[in-house]
Amino acid sequence: MTLANSKPQEFDRNMAAKVQLFITCLAEQFFPGVLERMVELLERLDVQVEFPEEQTCCGQPFFNSGFQSEARQVARKWLDIFARTEGFIVSPSGSCVDLVRHHYPELFPAGTPEHARALEVTSRVREFSEFLVKELHVTDLEARFPHKVTYHASCHLLRGLGVSEEPKTLLKNVRGLELVPLEGEQTCCGFGGVFSVIYPEVSRSMMEDKIRAIEASGAEAVVACDAGCLMNIAGGMRKAGSRLKALHLIEVLTAGQ
Amino acid sequence: MNPSSAPIDFRTNTQRVPRQIVTSVRKATTRFLGTRAGVVGQVENWEELREAGHNIRLHAINHLDHYLEQMERRVTEAGGHVHWASTAAEAREIVLSIARQHQAKSVVKAKSMATEEIGLNHFLEAAGIRALETDLGEYIVQMAGTGPSHIIVPAVHLTKEDIADLFSEKLHMDAPADPIRLAEIARQKLRQEFIAADMGISGANFLVAETGTVVMVTNEGNGRMCTTLPRVHVAVAGIDKIVPDWESLTVLLKLLARSATGQKITTYTSFITGPRRSAAEHGPQEFHLVLLDNGRSPALRDPLTRETLLCIRCGACLNVCPVYNHVGGHAYGWVYSGPIGSLLSPQLLGTKLAGDLPFASSLCGACGDICPVKLPIPQILLHLRRRVSEGDEIEPARSSRFARWGARVGAGVLTRPWLYRLTGSVLKLVQVPFRHDGWLAALPPPLNRWTMSRPLPAFNARFRGWWSQHQSTVKRS
Repeated sequence: MTLANSKPQEFDRNMAAKVQLFITCLAEQFFPGVLERMVELLERLDVQVEFPEEQTCCGQPFFNSGFQSEARQVARKWLDIFARTEGFIVSPSGSCVDLVRHHYPELFPAGTPEHARALEVTSRVREFSEFLVKELHVTDLEARFPHKVTYHASCHLLRGLGVSEEPKTLLKNVRGLELVPLEGEQTCCGFGGVFSVIYPEVSRSMMEDKIRAIEASGAEAVVACDAGCLMNIAGGMRKAGSRLKALHLIEVLTAGQ
Repeated sequence: MNPSSAPIDFRTNTQRVPRQIVTSVRKATTRFLGTRAGVVGQVENWEELREAGHNIRLHAINHLDHYLEQMERRVTEAGGHVHWASTAAEAREIVLSIARQHQAKSVVKAKSMATEEIGLNHFLEAAGIRALETDLGEYIVQMAGTGPSHIIVPAVHLTKEDIADLFSEKLHMDAPADPIRLAEIARQKLRQEFIAADMGISGANFLVAETGTVVMVTNEGNGRMCTTLPRVHVAVAGIDKIVPDWESLTVLLKLLARSATGQKITTYTSFITGPRRSAAEHGPQEFHLVLLDNGRSPALRDPLTRETLLCIRCGACLNVCPVYNHVGGHAYGWVYSGPIGSLLSPQLLGTKLAGDLPFASSLCGACGDICPVKLPIPQILLHLRRRVSEGDEIEPARSSRFARWGARVGAGVLTRPWLYRLTGSVLKLVQVPFRHDGWLAALPPPLNRWTMSRPLPAFNARFRGWWSQHQSTVKRS
């Protein structure tokens, strides 16, 4: 389906017509351009975009480092903010969506009102490519990006959310873009959140492998859907003096517009 | 490889891994994963089989008391002896006293992680009993004086050249770097040992409660030599090895061989039920089964960590783990390595010694996806991280005061939106002296833990400003 005929009533308009931006702390601090393009792209699809300004971070750093009570405090705050909203909650980072959707409910004892609220609110959360393809049924953004690119499957997007084909489907419909396979597409890039600072040497070694594979693919850029992987891979490329680029899917889908 | 009283320092261990070890490990794990994918692809209902395996193991673990008692009865009825060891020390003493009763001077061993876990070889050596590993990989790592670096391929970190050098040095010969020739040398040496040994020691892949049978899967045939030629056979097995019956066993054998080595079935699958019945039969005159707890019962108490005991030790999680593939097995500091080692060591040794290991994972989830019995490895890692950072009813917190303080301050900032926004603005300002071309190449501690490996994109929290401007533009138009 192309942009031109994606607007009719083929999706639940009430639900998809309005979305809440869940910008994530990493994208806010390091990739503001991705967020800005995301807003413009959604509005181009006639989606009403709202931004709950009280949001901060989902608390994943605490959750993954074993500080569950801190994770619970941050989760509670996040739920307070998003419980007051309606429509899908859309985020450009698979890992944050996975945490919210799959782990927030476990932070509160089953059977409690907080647990029920966590289940209810987080069921509305979608990763960006997942939202476009599965909820809006849009697969062609009429973008133009005449380059050879490859795709890195972010771990939590792939294994946590089960999103593997949606980003690639969107990429294949970009004019002039050639999508080439990446050896070890589903192998972790070495980011792992707190892992990258607890064990920086192992993390680097994994990241260098990923960059070698991207170079070997013959692509000019690697595309991913997670701010964590992107800051790791882009940083590694810069350190290596590589001319390759690490791009968020949104940057490619809004190219040439 | 005996755990000393010093905590396992995973980071320091990883800094000492030679590049060549990583190459050897990677070569082997890639081959195993390839053959595994081939045979798993031929099984139509692989996912159902995994589910069945999970349920069988969970049932066995949830009814461990019942099946262990049944196992004990059946082994005794078959003429064997059952011993209960609650600690590694007790297990070692039991094996030693059996050896002493029989005046055993030399022991041949089949591959067994349980005996690695209790450090049996060194203990027997110290008591004047020679214990020789006969699995080729174990034979090599014993000769090298290290422990196994992989659950099923103990010498995976060594190349054929390394092994040739080792044989040449230790066996005083000129050994060629040819795997077939090296295996032949080992075979010749071992043949004499099997015949001369007074006692054989093995582990167990499974214990079938229904009939009191010890199941052992091997590819070299050395296991059968160890368990049939000597007069006495002692099997040491963790209490978690139990399966209810033969029907369950067939499911697990299908999962194990395919996941471990990519075989449909291993070359040898041995079923041992007690000692020989008569002088005309092959097999030992005496059979002993040592049931090892060594920290497994405490793991059972917690419903989440309990599932660790579902593991059937196939090693697939090691093969697929990107961290294991970059550091090899010895970095994990004890006999169990890879993702399953990161679950077992903190539980069997305690978080004081092995508290680093639950963090030795990027939480990519590949281990959980490949596990043949659907062990939720990432969830248990997270659970153990919680144990280390916050403490629970099993162990007190082990995290540093700095980490706990950092978490509290961090949560304080992130639950106060104004403070979070202010922090973003402050970071944008204070980074200026470090910023170059949109990147921060070197930052002071603790952020240097990131920049030592790659630069950080410059802090650039501008979206909120863009949003308000965008809103007013939209409203105007």
